[in-house]
Amino acid sequence: MIKTTAQKIYVGLIFLFLYAPILTLILLSFNASRTRAKWGGFSLKWYAALFRNREIIQALWNTLLIAFIASLAATVIGTVACIAINGMGRRKRAVVMGITNIPMLDAEIVTGISLMLLFISLGLKFGLGTILLSHITFCIPYVVLSVMPRMKQVDASVYEAALDLGASPVLAFFKVVFPDILPGVLSGYLMAFTMSLDDFIITHFTKGAGVDTLSTKIYTEVKKGIKPEMYALSTIIFVIVLLLLFLVNKSPKEKT
Amino acid sequence: MKKLFTMACLSAALLLPLTGCGGSSSGGNGEVIVYNWGEYLDPETLELFEEETGIKVIYDEFETNEIMYPKVETGATEYDVICPSDYMIQKLIENDLLAELNFDNIPNAKANIGNQYWEQSKEFDPENKYSVPYCWGTVGILYNKTMVDGSIDSWEVLWDEKYADSILMQDSVRDAFMVSLKLNGHSMNSTDAGELEAAKNSLIEQKPLVQAYVVDQVRDKMIGNEAAIGVIYSGEAIYTQRENPDLEYVIPKEGTNVWIDSWVITKSAPNKENAEKFIDFMCRPEIALKNFEYITYSTPNDAARALIEEEDIRNSPIAFPDLSQYSGLETYRYLGEDADQLYNDLWKEVKSQ
Repeated sequence: MIKTTAQKIYVGLIFLFLYAPILTLILLSFNASRTRAKWGGFSLKWYAALFRNREIIQALWNTLLIAFIASLAATVIGTVACIAINGMGRRKRAVVMGITNIPMLDAEIVTGISLMLLFISLGLKFGLGTILLSHITFCIPYVVLSVMPRMKQVDASVYEAALDLGASPVLAFFKVVFPDILPGVLSGYLMAFTMSLDDFIITHFTKGAGVDTLSTKIYTEVKKGIKPEMYALSTIIFVIVLLLLFLVNKSPKEKT
Repeated sequence: MKKLFTMACLSAALLLPLTGCGGSSSGGNGEVIVYNWGEYLDPETLELFEEETGIKVIYDEFETNEIMYPKVETGATEYDVICPSDYMIQKLIENDLLAELNFDNIPNAKANIGNQYWEQSKEFDPENKYSVPYCWGTVGILYNKTMVDGSIDSWEVLWDEKYADSILMQDSVRDAFMVSLKLNGHSMNSTDAGELEAAKNSLIEQKPLVQAYVVDQVRDKMIGNEAAIGVIYSGEAIYTQRENPDLEYVIPKEGTNVWIDSWVITKSAPNKENAEKFIDFMCRPEIALKNFEYITYSTPNDAARALIEEEDIRNSPIAFPDLSQYSGLETYRYLGEDADQLYNDLWKEVKSQ
């Protein structure tokens, strides 16, 4: 009895600490007053202001577009890389895996600055393109990391059997190997999507004039204080993610 | 597996409703690339400028002078117009990164911007050749009348033990040292090791009384009656007073920092003519007024000030103090790398006490 109440309190505390900040943000997004120190009554005006604010909507659009394209490209490149790495000998594979892991362990600021210097020396024009290139770059290791374990489990003899039965290598890959590694590919894609979505430092160094993602846009508001429109936007994003998770967890139950 | 697949599809679906917002109109008369502080201009003025001139504005924002500087120096993006603060303009001039302005193309600047601001600008731009003032203000003490005895007119109050634990200090090297240097009667641009040592000791002495070293939370904390006295920028003072009428702002008698953010054009500017048109447009009284109403930081544009409808704001001693009434007013200067290092080291000593 005491044990279960203690358990409940403990879990309750964990949830409190996890969600108190988000709850505060949601409450403040409905605050008619601009300052956090005063409750000016319930209001939806920040939501209205948010949708009228062209710059924030543009930043949101940029963020999603970059995340979508970058994670897609990184997934393709990363998966193809895994096929090659899987075909290597033991020692070579260890070396290549080590190399792909370094950018992940490296501080983001190192990646950001070195990409900026690289783009400058190549004479690229800074803009959406450079952000995309850098996002694809730092997403690839995450895809490799999540596809590789799946790849190792694939039984090479099944693939060879498909070839023996007359399938072309490409067909054999898509019919036999790909379905096996698909969960790894998808989780790699999702991981890349989220990494790209909330990256600030690398984007900051590689962005050009007039192109902002949400994170860089919010950061520029620091001097004058972050506007409650951002609270409203964060609330909407939180609710959408919550709904998505809810849907995803619910759908399989109905089928079985 | 199924779950992951649905998630992946949904993340893609998130995108769909948003397609089609990215259209941009290209102007017929080229472009101008502007690099300004975040939230430091009414976006409507950019549209007006584009409509009238046909020049497309590519607008980018920064959050501190220190972040802006390397971006301009490395030339990753070639900005035309930037809006840095006083000491940073001096550093840009010293490193030969700015172009001299042709004031014949910016007639509104000399016509509308008050003389005292050009004079004050000479501290960092000695011949007024490179910069056009855009926003300015002072640093002073914001206090809560109901929590403080009598009225305040000196930095000394920040060392008064009566107010232990209800004092808010600025969490930035130069602003913190400005307060203690001024208190000790020195210049806030001092590079004298002895004076700085004394300033450091004053700050250490003050530290037990300080509730927190903060940046923009001064505003919210003072509105919420969480502290009695705070060091604040004048631009924020009017807003806090509107939210909480018990608050009062003073410029201390020992003097303080008068800061100025000004428009400048970079040496490598690809669109210098458009950049000058842009600055000239920003100096128009009705445009400057729009920006003043949006930012609420004081405008150096006298013609715009005359257009302000509310008399208490037009003649507000907080927004538009008569600078000749005060002594000891200074503007930050770039002190060179050695002095910067000295300031940072001393500040670290204060913070780690």
